[in-house]
Amino acid sequence: MSTTTIESPVITTSPVITWREGEMITNNKVPGGDLASRWARHKDSLRLVAPHNKRKLEVIVVGAGLGGASAAASLGELGYQVKVFVYHNSPRRAHSIAAQGGINAAKNYRNDGDSVWRLFYDTIKGGDFRARESNVYRLAEVSVKIIDHCVAQGIPFAREYGGLLDTRSFGGAQLMRTFYVRGQTGQQLLLGAYAALQRQVALGNARVYHNHEVLDIVVEDGRARGVIVRNLITGEIHRVAAHAVVLATGGYGNVYYLSTNAKLSNATATWRAHRRGAYFANPSFVQIHPTCIPQTGEYQSKLTLMSESLRNDGRVWVPRKPGDSRPPSQIPEEERWYYLEEWYPSYGNLVPRDIASRAAKRVCDMGYGVGPTGRAVYLDFSDAIRRLGREVIYQRYGNLFEMYEEITGESPWETPMRIYPAVHYAMGGLWVDYNLMTNIEGLYAIGEANFSDHGANRLGASALMQGLADGYFILPYTIGDYLATQLFVKLSTETAAFEDAERETKARIQRVLSTKGTRTVDEFHRELGKIVWDHCGLARSAAGLTQAYQQVRELKERYFKEVQVPGTGSEFNQNLEKALRVADFFELAELMIIDAYHREESCGCHLREEYQTPEGEPLRNDEKYAYVAAWEWKGDNESPILHKEPLNFEFVKPTTRSYK
Amino acid sequence: MRFTLKIWRQKNAQETGRFEIYEVEGIPPDASFLEMLDILNEKLIKEGREPVAFDHDCREGICGSCGLFINGRAHGPLPNITTCRLYMRHFRDGETITIEPFRAKPFPVIRDLVVDRSALDRIMQAGGYVSVNTGSAPDANSLPIPKPVADRAFDYAACIGCGACVAACKNASAMLFTSAKVAHLSLLPQGQAERRPRVLKMVSQMDREGFGHCTNTGACAVECPAKVPLTAIATLQREFLRATLLPDPYTE
Repeated sequence: MSTTTIESPVITTSPVITWREGEMITNNKVPGGDLASRWARHKDSLRLVAPHNKRKLEVIVVGAGLGGASAAASLGELGYQVKVFVYHNSPRRAHSIAAQGGINAAKNYRNDGDSVWRLFYDTIKGGDFRARESNVYRLAEVSVKIIDHCVAQGIPFAREYGGLLDTRSFGGAQLMRTFYVRGQTGQQLLLGAYAALQRQVALGNARVYHNHEVLDIVVEDGRARGVIVRNLITGEIHRVAAHAVVLATGGYGNVYYLSTNAKLSNATATWRAHRRGAYFANPSFVQIHPTCIPQTGEYQSKLTLMSESLRNDGRVWVPRKPGDSRPPSQIPEEERWYYLEEWYPSYGNLVPRDIASRAAKRVCDMGYGVGPTGRAVYLDFSDAIRRLGREVIYQRYGNLFEMYEEITGESPWETPMRIYPAVHYAMGGLWVDYNLMTNIEGLYAIGEANFSDHGANRLGASALMQGLADGYFILPYTIGDYLATQLFVKLSTETAAFEDAERETKARIQRVLSTKGTRTVDEFHRELGKIVWDHCGLARSAAGLTQAYQQVRELKERYFKEVQVPGTGSEFNQNLEKALRVADFFELAELMIIDAYHREESCGCHLREEYQTPEGEPLRNDEKYAYVAAWEWKGDNESPILHKEPLNFEFVKPTTRSYK
Repeated sequence: MRFTLKIWRQKNAQETGRFEIYEVEGIPPDASFLEMLDILNEKLIKEGREPVAFDHDCREGICGSCGLFINGRAHGPLPNITTCRLYMRHFRDGETITIEPFRAKPFPVIRDLVVDRSALDRIMQAGGYVSVNTGSAPDANSLPIPKPVADRAFDYAACIGCGACVAACKNASAMLFTSAKVAHLSLLPQGQAERRPRVLKMVSQMDREGFGHCTNTGACAVECPAKVPLTAIATLQREFLRATLLPDPYTE
């Protein structure tokens, strides 16, 4: 892609939030022609690298979740030299491990009419028509191979008594295409990818650097050439060069402080790549998951998700009388309002996440919320327990019920769960082309770290599918096309680009360590999270976003004057790690707010209060906003540049998304 | 609630550690154990003192990062639970709580309560997988597996790799960890081809890392947050015997 930009004058619809418009993105490498054969034809057109040459090519993979571990294992199998960097002590700790519910695949084992087309259509509709058709179709296409591969690895999927694979339903689908391993699907799929990676380590094709955090991406002449890493145990800073760099670093939900993400999940690698020139796409598209355990106090460090699979058998309701404080067991059936079943009769409790989350907010805003804070709704299993018996429900959700009881002290066997939406997944991420390459040559982004497949809302059980599709079945093909051009490149870390990146990294570390203020990193992070949650969360408005933008900038300024980071840079220092991640969250939060502000429509997770029907249904504007917003960094205190990638729907017709 | 905390402090693997005493108060009973440590650390930072390093990440019991030895037990006073799923309401107000890292020779201390558990990864590298390359698998339903077998395999596969079994064991044995993987794969048809070398290599790596032997006390299974049953170890013993005593069906 061309790197020159024709810049428009600064766009100032707000006195505070400004951006410029740059060139449209036209070359996303999407092949033309018939949709169903695009990926096959594209694969055939990619350059190959001969086996004896693969050994000479080095690839850095950052992160070892589903995307990173599966990519690193597959690249190792092909014969490339793979270096994997993880900040955990072991690659098995990545946050993919916490995914509970399942993984979609268009297997049609149920004979219920599933097909690649239907999975494709459900996913693109679920994303409210804000994703690329070709990418989503490819995802649906390779979904079937993922299940085959994972079964071959020995992953103990749930099975029927006949010995064949069991499936269940997830939100946004009228089919049962979700494969699962009790309530621990992510764990088992991750351990499969982890085991495959360990095998490559044993074979000498991959090396895992645990307790190593990537703090910058090195770009030379427009190409990714390596990374700057910090050994978290000793504090040493290292330069590492490679022929290509793959970022598989997950999402940025922790901008909000409270989220279902693991505490260490962060955006540093992707944000640093952005600052080095990689476009960041749709940053304001963040999924808020409807079924989480509500917040109870200030001290709370994270929110716990209750799997979407629970909505297969659980019914969501609130008392018909606002402020009804009777215990749920004493509220008779006719005084219970099953608002999802009433509002969305054809999907009922299994509407997509954005819709269920918004509905929960709406009933709570109307005063129907339950629990001590009034910010919760019931998820009730009593019907299902009566109908199916305790044994069946235990088989399906036993571990989730136990988890709920441990955290809240209440038993879902006796009283309905109380749930409320919480930040869960980032649909936005680094912009990538059809090959999963960012606009920086040789820099790839896979899994949640990229923006590619989920549009403005992700359907349940699609994150595992995408992580593994990217890592096992897409990147290993597409990266070869680039690596074939890198065969004769001699790697060196003694270059000006490495020098600069190392110096800047050390300066960033020094900056937070030398501030010696009075407030902790967590205090700032909590404050940042509250601003972003209040104004760039479930509902957004121009006024709120403007206010939030100013607040974030002020808070960032204070951060670098008042933060207190104990210890030094040359030791194991968890507060330093956190301080660097939060510093990047500030900048990302600004961009999220700009993106949310600029998109004057409601779509998927993005509800702009100005653009909704009187019933609170979102009003999408395809004429103006059927594009991917890819943002280019121009520097601190400079307006970012917006590059639009138009979304041309050749095969599906964007319709008003109805689940009524 | 208020507590007196007796916490192990150690700057790095080379230096000697020691216990230090801290007082915390105003702890909500619904705070998790790790949130209680967050509150302590916020206080220490504000007082200009070094916060306590401890491992954690998902805080919902699945990533296996957290691991504290609390009042003499791996993951604290409750059985079959991770530290992150332990709540302060499980303690008495005013209680003195002793907090140590998981102690075992193969788990060197990185700092304070953080230990290096990469020895467990090396056991997995020795054979904790099915050797199947991406792209070569047959259709998933071409291999029916009876539901009870798949369920049992899952019970073993559920291991989160936290190392509590090692910490709970007086011999610092990693038998429950190693056997969980051996048992998981030996039950399934996919694991048959490498069944014999797998158990031999994994056990030998376990020994090389310096983990102790199993004396069947069952302390590991009491603490295991994934409730990996003790039958895993029995399965490993049987697999090991089978691999060493019986002729190899693939070479005979």
